[in-house]
Amino acid sequence: MTTKPVLLEMRGVRIEGRADETWSDIVRDIDLTLHRGEVLGLIGESGAGKSTLGLAAMGYTRDGCRISEGSIRFDGIDLIVAPEAERRGLRGRRIAYVAQSAAASFNPAHRLIDQYCETPVQHGVMSRAEAERDAVELYRRMRLPNPGEIGFRYPHQVSGGQLQRAMTAMAMACRPDLIIFDEPTTALDVTTQIEVLSAIRDAVRQFDTAAIYITHDLAVVAQMADRIKVLLKGREVEEAPTREMLSTPREAYTKSLWAVRSHARTEQPPAPASETPVVSVRGVTAAYGKVPVLHEVSFDIHRRRTVAVVGESGSGKSTTARVITGLLPPSAGEVAFEGKVLPADYRQRSKDQLRQAQMIYQMADTALNPRHRIREIIGRPVEFYLGLRGRALTERIRELLHLIELEPDRFIDRLPSELSGGQKQRIGIARALAAEPRFIICDEVTSALDQLVAEGILKLLDRLQAEFDLAYMFITHDLATVRAIADEVVVMKDGRVVEQGPKGEMFTPPHHAYTELLLSSVPDMDPDWLDRLLEARRQGKAGAEAAGESAGN
Amino acid sequence: MAFLSGAMWLAAILAGSAALAWAFRAALVALLPATAARVMRTAPLTASFGLVVILLYVVAAVFADLIAPFPERAVVGAEYLPWEGAHILGTDNLGRDMFSRLIYGARNTVGIAVATTALAFLLGSVLGLLAATVGGWLDQGLSRLVDVLMAIPALIFALLLLTIFGTSVVTLILVIAVIDATRVFRLARAVAQGIVVMDYIEAAKLRGERLPRLILREILPNAMAPLVAEFGLRFCFVFLSISALSFLGLGIQPPTADWGSMVRENATLITFGDVTPLLPAGAIALLTVAVNFVVDWMLHRASGLKE
Repeated sequence: MTTKPVLLEMRGVRIEGRADETWSDIVRDIDLTLHRGEVLGLIGESGAGKSTLGLAAMGYTRDGCRISEGSIRFDGIDLIVAPEAERRGLRGRRIAYVAQSAAASFNPAHRLIDQYCETPVQHGVMSRAEAERDAVELYRRMRLPNPGEIGFRYPHQVSGGQLQRAMTAMAMACRPDLIIFDEPTTALDVTTQIEVLSAIRDAVRQFDTAAIYITHDLAVVAQMADRIKVLLKGREVEEAPTREMLSTPREAYTKSLWAVRSHARTEQPPAPASETPVVSVRGVTAAYGKVPVLHEVSFDIHRRRTVAVVGESGSGKSTTARVITGLLPPSAGEVAFEGKVLPADYRQRSKDQLRQAQMIYQMADTALNPRHRIREIIGRPVEFYLGLRGRALTERIRELLHLIELEPDRFIDRLPSELSGGQKQRIGIARALAAEPRFIICDEVTSALDQLVAEGILKLLDRLQAEFDLAYMFITHDLATVRAIADEVVVMKDGRVVEQGPKGEMFTPPHHAYTELLLSSVPDMDPDWLDRLLEARRQGKAGAEAAGESAGN
Repeated sequence: MAFLSGAMWLAAILAGSAALAWAFRAALVALLPATAARVMRTAPLTASFGLVVILLYVVAAVFADLIAPFPERAVVGAEYLPWEGAHILGTDNLGRDMFSRLIYGARNTVGIAVATTALAFLLGSVLGLLAATVGGWLDQGLSRLVDVLMAIPALIFALLLLTIFGTSVVTLILVIAVIDATRVFRLARAVAQGIVVMDYIEAAKLRGERLPRLILREILPNAMAPLVAEFGLRFCFVFLSISALSFLGLGIQPPTADWGSMVRENATLITFGDVTPLLPAGAIALLTVAVNFVVDWMLHRASGLKE
């Protein structure tokens, strides 16, 4: 690898951002060397400066940022001193960028192929007709269905995983020397992620493109990168070839990242059959308008137990939660709380019934009213359900802040915008706890958070469960989270429960075919995992077809 | 030469305004309690200037009786007297003191415009937020009603209603408020529709909050920024509507001093190169600019909080 010529070289790069009338460092003292055809993984928590550094590799900074020190040389061209026209000539043609959310990055008013052709035609690399033929070829290589036809669709007519691949194809249009991938699979399901990852990796290898792969998911970076660089708060922690980094991390911070999935609670024994479940979902069928989304879903949640509901997006997990909370009255079936059937619509439930079941949301940003201070966000349920006022109310709010491990004096009068993602999620938990419920629905509560922060949230939820005897329904698509916290698992697909049982049972074969697919799609920290998996699936498919034929005979 | 002296005058006025704004801001920072002073310290000069102007108008409107040298409606001299002696801005077409009428005009025109805009906002935003929150038939009913009202050209509709109900200040306020409330309704509804789908609204509903609290405490604070911006703009439109109606004879009735009709009454003077009839128009323009300076600043602060 080192025999190849150097493509990108950064020396002592320092990037500053402007906030509150002063400049402060976003990244500093970064050295980075990338050879032709090499893939470098950049990992770190959010706010570590990964994306800023990725953009700097194109000689670009976001508004309000500047590169104040150091040099960035791309193939002999100094990107900092080069005139804007020259940099613009490089971008798209020799350096390309793939953004995190393809859905937000495509222009919804233009067809995919029009957006594809823009770059090569603009740079004069190809004519429009050549670019269109080339697009079809690249769509085929990215393994998009109907490559000849898919480009003529609009972005909203294509699924998220397909869009991400279309965007990668677009980045490849001019056969650039360097592509920057900024968390391209973070927003995707595990099963879709596999397809995108393998398509990206094949394409990068075929064209011998160098790449910077930005992610916070270690297992993903292990599949993609030749070397890994770890960032923390804008500084480099360490850099090493992938295998070396995985087997022998040097720095304490890197070790803590590697160890993050180690949290596992002691599994509770199954509840005695005689015990009344806290929540019992019985044969629920529900529809949005005329579109059916749930079919005869049934499961129980017992005191002090966590039931994880797993499945891809669109499998009906969140809809089940909406039925339980009464936002979506089911067309058949019922929800019982401690043996008593609840009214189907939340508007008909009593204050006490509403209090007993609380919810924690996935996006803490939209779950907390941005105009309310923490005092009001947490205080309102206390005031509303328990009738506390004045001093007693303030005391209770402080107590709740203590419970979620936030310093009351510092946080009580803040607005949500003055908190980090993990702190916001803790406030969401405190709001649920404030009602003193028996049952809490956690809807993907950790999926928007970094691994270290998510770990803290899971531990907190675990502690609170033991302390307050809570029952949890934990909606997630992340099986690593399930392993960490669940007692029982319910696997859903297309609005049906395909498999359910205690965690230990669910993670040992034999599995339902769909559970197997989900389980095998979770990346391991092993750099050979993707190759092995793809190989196994290819054989498995051949085997299954053979078996199907023989069974048919 | 004439051009040069004009440019010098302009420069002098701009410099004077900037100095006034700066002095006003410095005074506020010194006088106000700590938290408000901190807010003022970061205020741009335009906002400070806007505040000064609004303050001056308010003072003029409230203390009109004390400030004005002559009564509002009395004929005190010959017609169209020049700017000299006791009549610092001369007299109008009936021999009334122009300066005094300008000051009383502030009370009448601004007072009515503020009352009308406030009423339009109360009506429009409450119904708009209600429609977006409750949805369903209420939303359909209100929205279609607003569509029908908006389909009729505003000025003609106002003329029609004023002819039916007669021209008094109260009917004037009610008619313009209802017509302008339709615009506010559409804005408030559109903004609130984006807010009601947020998880925090769902959380509040599931908590069992009642409708008034849901609208006033959960939704309204988040819809404030665009509504405040609209208030500034709407205020100017209301101002112009009143002036237009006065011009057509169905607005504020003579002999009450009103800036809109004062322009019309003295319009002949323009032919003789006299700027007096433009003074009320200038007063309208200055207030409009001042209000928008302040609104822009408030909007900037509101959006700054989100980041």
